This record gives sequence, C-alpha cells and structure tokens, in this order.
Amino acid sequence: MKRTFERAALVAALGLAVPLAAQERPHAFRGATLYPISSAPIQDGVLVVRGGKIVAVGGPGTAIPSDAVVHDVSGKVIMPGLVDTHSHIGGGDGGDRSAALHPSVRILDAIDARDDGFQKAQAGGITTVNVMPGSGLLMSGQTAYLKVRDGNTIYDLLLCRDVQKEVCGGLKMANGTNPRGEAPMPGTRARAAAMVRERFVKAQEYRDKVRKAGGDASKLPARDLEMETLVEVLDGRRTVHFHTHRADDILTAIRIGEEFGFRPVLHHVSEAWKVADQIAAAKVPASIIIIDSPGGKLEAFEFSITSGAALEKAGALTAFHTDDAITDSRFFLRSAAFGVRAGMSRPKALEAMTLAGARMLGLENRIGSLDRGKDADFIVLTGDPLSVYTHVQETWVEGKKVFDRANEADRKYAVGGYGVYRNAAMHVHTGEEGHR
Amino acid sequence: MSRRNTLAALAALAAAAPQVQAPPLQAQIAVRGETVYTMAGAPIRDGVVLVRDGRVERVGPAAQVAVPAGYRVLTAKVVTPGLVDAHSVVGLAGALGQPHDQDQLDRTSPVQPELRAFDAYNAREELVGWLRGYGVTTLHTGHGPGALASGQTMTVKTRGGDVGEALVDSATMVAFTLGPSVAANYRSPGTRSKGVAMLRAELVRAQEYARKQQAGGQARDLKLEALARVLSGELPALVTAQRVPEILAALRLAEEFKLKLVLDGAAESYLVADQIKRAGVPVILHPTMVRTGGETESATLETARKLRDAGITVALQSGFEGYVPKTRVVLFEAAIAAANGLSVEDALRTVTIDAARVIGADRRVGSLEPGKDADLVLFDGDPFEFTSHVCAVLIQGVVVSETCR
Repeated sequence: MKRTFERAALVAALGLAVPLAAQERPHAFRGATLYPISSAPIQDGVLVVRGGKIVAVGGPGTAIPSDAVVHDVSGKVIMPGLVDTHSHIGGGDGGDRSAALHPSVRILDAIDARDDGFQKAQAGGITTVNVMPGSGLLMSGQTAYLKVRDGNTIYDLLLCRDVQKEVCGGLKMANGTNPRGEAPMPGTRARAAAMVRERFVKAQEYRDKVRKAGGDASKLPARDLEMETLVEVLDGRRTVHFHTHRADDILTAIRIGEEFGFRPVLHHVSEAWKVADQIAAAKVPASIIIIDSPGGKLEAFEFSITSGAALEKAGALTAFHTDDAITDSRFFLRSAAFGVRAGMSRPKALEAMTLAGARMLGLENRIGSLDRGKDADFIVLTGDPLSVYTHVQETWVEGKKVFDRANEADRKYAVGGYGVYRNAAMHVHTGEEGHR
Repeated sequence: MSRRNTLAALAALAAAAPQVQAPPLQAQIAVRGETVYTMAGAPIRDGVVLVRDGRVERVGPAAQVAVPAGYRVLTAKVVTPGLVDAHSVVGLAGALGQPHDQDQLDRTSPVQPELRAFDAYNAREELVGWLRGYGVTTLHTGHGPGALASGQTMTVKTRGGDVGEALVDSATMVAFTLGPSVAANYRSPGTRSKGVAMLRAELVRAQEYARKQQAGGQARDLKLEALARVLSGELPALVTAQRVPEILAALRLAEEFKLKLVLDGAAESYLVADQIKRAGVPVILHPTMVRTGGETESATLETARKLRDAGITVALQSGFEGYVPKTRVVLFEAAIAAANGLSVEDALRTVTIDAARVIGADRRVGSLEPGKDADLVLFDGDPFEFTSHVCAVLIQGVVVSETCR
C-alpha cells in the first residue's frame, strides 16, 4: 500500500519524464571515494542514477539494480557537479550606458548556448552556473541560472521550465568603483547608494498599488517591467547578486538589503577578511573569488586568500566562483585548494564549490550534494579534488555524460589546441563596459 | 651631500651592468630538506645546503655534509632554488592598475628600444613582495609587449629598497612585439606585415649607424645605439609572437639580421616546434593558464611539455596582465604544466635553471651549486600542490620571508 503510494507520487513528480526514464537503464558507479558533501566521504562507494536523478548513494553494500550499466571507477573520486555562482560564459551582455539601473534587462535574451565557455565549464567540472551581466552598472540586469548541458539554444540550458512565467535567475547589482562614471552613472559611492534606494522605494510603492488593487484590473498601476523585477526582489522571489569588494562597500550592500528586506549574495568580497563577523551576523552569504595576486584595480588591492577561512570561522555561508573570464572555468577546483592553503577546512572548501553555491541560488533541493532524489549532476575525478595533478575525468549532468577526458573531442576543451577556443573571439563585447 | 651620493649612484647605474653589491654581514645558514631539488643533478633525499656569506657553500646528503657549529638550521619538506620568473613587467607595472603605476608601455612611438627598465623600476612595489612571498627571487622584468620595440628589460632580485640594491643585470634584452597588439596601441603600424616592414627598416638603419660609429665621428642616437647592441648580439631580441605567422616572422628577422632571438609568448609554438628547434631559439612561454582568446585562442596546457620533448629550452613567465589579477605567479603556472605532462623536475626547470639560462643569469642563479647565490625556497610539501605553502625564502643568504603562505 505504502509502496504503491510512493510510486504514484514519483510518477506525479516526474510527469512527462517517466516514460523516457522507464526505458533508460540506470547507471551505477562502483569503487570510487564519494564526497556527498552533505555527509562524510564514503570509501569504495556506490552511486546509482536513473532518469536524471540520483537513486542511491552508499557504501560497497549498496544494491545495484540488475539492469544497470555498471561503471568501475575504482581509485577515482566522485563529487557533486561544481556550482559556479558567478560567471560570464555564453557571450551574453546586459544593460547599456543609457542608465545606471536596468532591472528589466535579461541576460537570457543574449546567451549563445554554443559558446565554447560552456565546454570549458564542463571540462572544469561545473554543472550549474549563474551567468551574470557585468559590474559596470548599479543594476546591470537579470542573471540566468543554467545547467551546463550540451545545448543548442538557451532553452536547453535554463533551469527554469517556462521563461514567460518563472523567475529564471537573480538580479546583478554592483557598488564600488566599477559602476561610477559620468551621468547617468553615479559620481560617488553615496550617490550610488541613494540611487539604488530611491528605486527600491518606488518598487515598494508599486507593490502597494498592486496589493491595493486586489486583483481589480482597473485599479492596477500601468505595467512596469523594471518595477515587476524589483518587486520580485522585495518579495524574496529573486536573489540579488551584489558585486562588492571593499569593506565599506560590503557593509553598504548589506545595509541596503536590510532596509528593503532582502539578503543579497555578496560577490567577490575581496575584503571579506576584514568584516567576516559582520557578514556572518547579517546572515548574508558570500561568494568569493581566488585570484593569484591582488590589485588590477583599486578596490581589489587588499584582496586576500584568507577570506574563505575568515568567513568559515565567523560562520558565514561561503562559496567560490570563477568570474570567468577573470579566472578560467577549467581551473575552478583550484579555488578549494587555495581556500585550504589559507586555512579553510577541507569539508567547507568542498562545500564552497557545491552545496553552498546551490544554497545561494536557492537550488539546494535540486543540486549541490550527492543525495537520493537530487539531480544526477556529478563529476568523476582522477584523484583528490584538492590536488593539482587531479583531472576531471567525466562530467555528468542529469544522468547524461557531457564531458569525457578519454574522448579527444572533449579533451581538447580541457587542454586546448589549434582554434579550440576561437569561438570566444567571435563575440564582440560592446555597449556595456569591460568590467567583470 | 646626499644629492651627491644619489648622483654618484646614478652615474654608477648609467655605466651599465653595475656590479653586485656585497650582501650585508649575516649569520651562516644550513637548510635541510627531505627533498632538495638542486637542479644540477638528481634531487637529494635528506639533503643539506650550506649557505655562507650569501652564497651556496656546499650541497649534499645530510650523511655527507656536516653542519658546522654556529650555523642557523632551517628545515623543510622540499627545498628548491629561488624561482626565476623569465618575463614579467612587475615593478614597472604596479598592483593598483592606475595610470600612475603603469610604466611598462609608452604609447607615443612604436619603436623605443632606448627606454631603460631601470629608469622606471619601483623596488618597493607591492607585487614584488607578493611574488617574493611565493618564492620568486629573480625577476626578468621591464618593458612589456605591445610595441614593435617597447624598451629594454633587466634582471633583478626581488629585494632591496631601490633598483640599485635589486639589480642583477641592468640591460638583459630588448623587448619587441609582432602581432595585432601593436596595431591596437599605435596609429601605425596598422597591420602585422607593416609592423615587420617598419622593424626591418629600423634594423637596417641601425646597421648603417653601427658601421658609421665604428668609423668614428657619428653623433649619438640612443634608439639606434640600442638596436645596434641587439645587432651585435650583446642584447638578445625578446620577441613576443603568439601566432604562427608572427613566430615565423621573428625567425626570419633573426636570420636576416643575425639576432640572438628569444621567443616570447609563443602560444602556437607547438605547431612549428621543429623550425624553432632548428633555429636553436629558446622560448619564454606564456603563462600556462593564459586567457585563451584572440592571439592566444590556440594556447594549450601541454605546450611546455611538447616544446621540451622537441628539445627546445623552455622557461615560463608571469607575463603582463592588464586587469585582475595584476600579475601571475610562475610557481602556479609551472604547477599546471606539471599537471599536464611535464615531470615535476622538468616543470621546476622552467622556473629555475632553464629560466636562468634563457635570461643569461645562470652563472648566479637557477640551481643550488657551490658559489652560486644562496637563493632558496623552503616548502612544507610538494611545491606544486596549491595546498602546500612557501614557508621561507632566502635571497643571497638573507631570510627575506619566514611566513608560511
């Protein structure tokens, strides 16, 4: 009786996918060290996936379905597909220089799914990515949460199912020096904060009007795409991804979020090591970047690789990101190693590559750990995830292998070759700005 | 008085190739490592390096090298020679990325070989200390890519309060660039072939100048004088050339003008390795993790390995970075090369002895041998693992860094 009910629930949950899944054989991976992230590592583990989902994770005694395709991955390491909370692959753009705030601009309207950046991400073990517009504007537009599937169009990559009805990403904001400039840009930091606050006050008023109309179309305010987006932020349905470096800018981002009732995800956060306690106290997550030297611009001058350790100690939710092309998606795993080098614990450093990022995107129920029922997004590594000598051997997205280092057509995206990355040069980045 | 001293110091500098200043009096040091990569022979298990008066005194297994009384003993898992960054702009380019700290390229004219690196080097630059902290002790730095001839390079140690204290070699090479980056910085040359033609014309003028100068009575021309030093082979031509057409153009120029050529960047060098080998030209390869796009769209992680297999001397560089990060670290670049086909020892060569050879500093640095500068790096694990730390750095026998980072 109970089993029947479970099956019915499963059928309902999977919907149309069921007939296909029923035909598809499960895949079982046997012999690897598993890093589920949500629990301790499992030696000689077994991972079973079916229909794009994880159906079993456990030790050597875990049952393998009789019809499963069995992969002997002895000596290898399997961990969840990496989550990159901040990337610029896909050749997309964002708002232009006509204004400082562009909440209605969607990067999904400008992404090329065939951009070789996605192949690089697969080669680097990234299975979910938040593709963002740049940081040269206070609000450069809506971001897109993508699965790094093999895709032909943006629709093959999006995590959301219906772009017309769903919230398919976050909202990119920035403070500090990048968005400053001649009018209509703010000339100072304080002016920048005031402009953002004014816009959110308008959004509050817009929301009040909509609420007062109570469904009466004649009383609704005229439709305003920018206001609609900001109301999603106010209602907690769209996450703000806030580019911020300097300690005072970090606190400004937190302050604006507190005033309008949202918790931004802080991005880059070069000086997080100075204000880790404040970040933790505000319960605001921080997605940090590892770069090989400080500077390049004034506000990254006091960058330190110790930020990850400081945030861990303070108890803040911490993830890493590539900011590709600032750092290359293929080398994303370096971030965890540098985190540990500077004092992070191994479990937190690996969580920062996976589950922590999933939480920041509000996708922790679907991705970020090896748990039954989650999407079958995982990577097969040749060794310790923190070792430079380790390669991503295979990348699987929703039960489908999208990268295999044994296959030359895939391997070339990991190591390069004549004309391999030509695609990137074909995108002419104009309009917005050069800032990442 | 003080001004007179400064002038005297400047005069000494201008006299070219200033002599090494004697290091300050110091304690003698013994460095003991579970593995000592001397880069002159096989690694030594449980090795000892004795340091006396700033130089390597003795190197060998602990069983054979007794530590004299009074020596301070430092221990490490792994010991390597101080790292040599074969091409950087650090010290001319600073961390801030603002106009006032970016002196690696002058855009008023595309041919300026007379610009001297030591006239612009900031020994106290933040990035110099950053690199030192990661074990880089010798830096071949100066004018960057982006001009047909951007200026001279020099070799420094990553220590000292001013250029005089840091200097190893005041003029190491003249930096040339072929390719589209030149057209991006100047009105002319606007094309790659025009760039080659302009450079040939300048070199022909310099040949003429050198002939006349030998005859006597020739008025000095600093630009042609610098090019004449390249033509005579006194200064190698460091030619940044990423794609095959530019690499072949550089080889042609070297053949035509009998230049002592060092290829730089060389993203597509693996496609013409046999020709580079035949020309006997060493390569200062782009950072392994160079951004792929434009001229470097065909860069690979395996190029260092392929060139080495072809018998070409390969060094790695941090190169020039225009944004974030402001410099790369050759230790990390060599690590990625080691993860992509080079053995650990061969990857170390690209940032120690082979780098020293390519920049002509191997008599002093690049390996741990008696008489050489006591530049050492002490690691707490495999130097290439990103989880390992550099725990001490010695330059000429002085412990310049003793924090694990």
